[in-house]
Amino acid sequence: MALIELKNLTKTYRMGDIDVHALRGVDMKVEEREFLAITGASGSGKSTMLNILGCLDLPSGGEYVLGGIQVSGLSKRELADIRNEKIGFVFQGFNLLPRTSALENVELPLLYDRAGRIKNPAGKAVEVLTRVGLGDRLHHEPNKLSGGEQQRVAIARALINEPSILLADEPTGNLDTTTSMEVIEIFRDLNRQGMTIILVTHEPDIAHQARRAIELRDGRIIKDEVL
Amino acid sequence: MKWKSLIKVALKSIMKNRMRSFLTMLGIIIGVASVIALISVGKGTQADISGKIQSMGTNLLMVMPGASGFGGVSRGAGSWHTLTLADAEKIEKEATLVTQVSPVVRESAQVIAGRNNWFTSVQGVTANYTIIRSWPVDRGAFFTDRDVKTMAKVAVLGATVADTLFPGQDPIGARIRVGNVPFTVVGVLSKKGQNMMGSDQDDIILAPSTTVLFRLGDGKWINSITVSAVSERETDAARSEVEAIMRRSHRLAGSEDNNFSIRTQTELNEMATSVTRMMTLLLSAVAGVSLLVGGIGIMNIMLVSVTERTREIGIRLAIGAREADVLVQFLIEAAIISLMGGLLGILLGLVTAGVIGRAISASIVVDPLTITISFLFSGIIGIFFGFYPAKKAAALNPIEALHYE
Repeated sequence: MALIELKNLTKTYRMGDIDVHALRGVDMKVEEREFLAITGASGSGKSTMLNILGCLDLPSGGEYVLGGIQVSGLSKRELADIRNEKIGFVFQGFNLLPRTSALENVELPLLYDRAGRIKNPAGKAVEVLTRVGLGDRLHHEPNKLSGGEQQRVAIARALINEPSILLADEPTGNLDTTTSMEVIEIFRDLNRQGMTIILVTHEPDIAHQARRAIELRDGRIIKDEVL
Repeated sequence: MKWKSLIKVALKSIMKNRMRSFLTMLGIIIGVASVIALISVGKGTQADISGKIQSMGTNLLMVMPGASGFGGVSRGAGSWHTLTLADAEKIEKEATLVTQVSPVVRESAQVIAGRNNWFTSVQGVTANYTIIRSWPVDRGAFFTDRDVKTMAKVAVLGATVADTLFPGQDPIGARIRVGNVPFTVVGVLSKKGQNMMGSDQDDIILAPSTTVLFRLGDGKWINSITVSAVSERETDAARSEVEAIMRRSHRLAGSEDNNFSIRTQTELNEMATSVTRMMTLLLSAVAGVSLLVGGIGIMNIMLVSVTERTREIGIRLAIGAREADVLVQFLIEAAIISLMGGLLGILLGLVTAGVIGRAISASIVVDPLTITISFLFSGIIGIFFGFYPAKKAAALNPIEALHYE
């Protein structure tokens, strides 16, 4: 069974008097251990799709099944729990808490780990930070770190709850080319170790680092290729 | 829920904005401080007044002349001569709920001892007066029943009078002149201090009632009768009994008003207590208003804080915080701010109470219950006024919050 399955997924926003059709029927399957890039021009619906995949938003129609769970009918509270247990987010703007050390930023998701799946939060935080190469930056606050380092802290934060899927929204959008490649290399490494990754980007270079690329236009998939 | 972490997060955010947190607390600090200070001073004053009333003797009844008038004009208590020694004797003989009775004859006179002289109040009483007023002699002895019977010219000096007339000397056995009458000093009373009206109770000379009435006074009318009931609980019953005896003694017909009045200590105490209670209540209302204003201040700042931290809330929601988690986080923050305010307010209030107490030389009663209630109440204020901002934070849409600039 596929990790992610979308069936005729639609999303319609109401802006004033106008209905905006962000997604107009998307069908897609993502298997475990895939590294998928979603590309498209701005307004193509790729952010909307990522928000729905990340359980931050619910579709207007169609089905979204994540790891066997029918997401469409879940309550806000169940969505929050899925975000905590199954999903790791990496954002374009890093979105780290200011004046909070790398270690504490990384531990943050475990504050909401109700099931207590991760036994030793502090140890686990050190482990994932070391994994992204920041073993010597544990107590630095975000403003003392470079952009690339900040994004690596964000990746470590996304990994700490051992998610089934890593979602990255333009993770290199705020970085220069060299740093971008370093960050992408981390994603490729993680994927080689078995992590399923979905990455949204409008940069073809970045998309080419993935193993599969989907292109969206006007809320529909127009291209789905294995690289 | 991980309370320890939540409290840590809240403390951290409070410490990040130290000045702002302190200013937010200020309303609560002032509110709680004024409540604590007012109640401590109020209770202290109340205790002082009760203490002073008690110092006059606990089971006292005072029979005063007056309350009678001519042609509907009431002259007020004590304004008219209606009491005689016979009344006092009747009460002593007939009353069953009464242990001690002493007539009081009050005169004022210039008192001369050697080269010193002093104008003071001379009160004629009976030998049991020290028991009634729980007022023992310090040196020498009180005069006896025999002295009262024989109209002996003996006097017991109050501490102030003794110090004034005989500075540094032992007055026992000395001769003094009260007006034109020579007396022998037989004793000095212990110090009693000021009464609740602030006048010096030790500025007095006590002498046998008969001596004062017949040698200094008009030989007929006495000023009051002091009666002590068998116990504090029986004061009201004793009062009715004394009233009945007095009406018989004065041959008052059923429809006639009393031409005397009876006061009890309980009444005096209640009067004084009700005045201070009223004051405390009024001032507490003022303090309550400032607590309300403090609470609104907390709500205001929490709303600002929620707006400022929209992005942080978005991050927390994205990584799996439930709405309830965000709600609780902000509630805890508001509660901690107001509890810290409450704690500082309690400290400030106690210091203020101490300063006020010293300034007006009143006692301070620190009531642990008041402190506990103030502390808990400040926490409740924080939660109450923090609820709306916290609710607003929890209801944020994570996607919009994440992209908030």
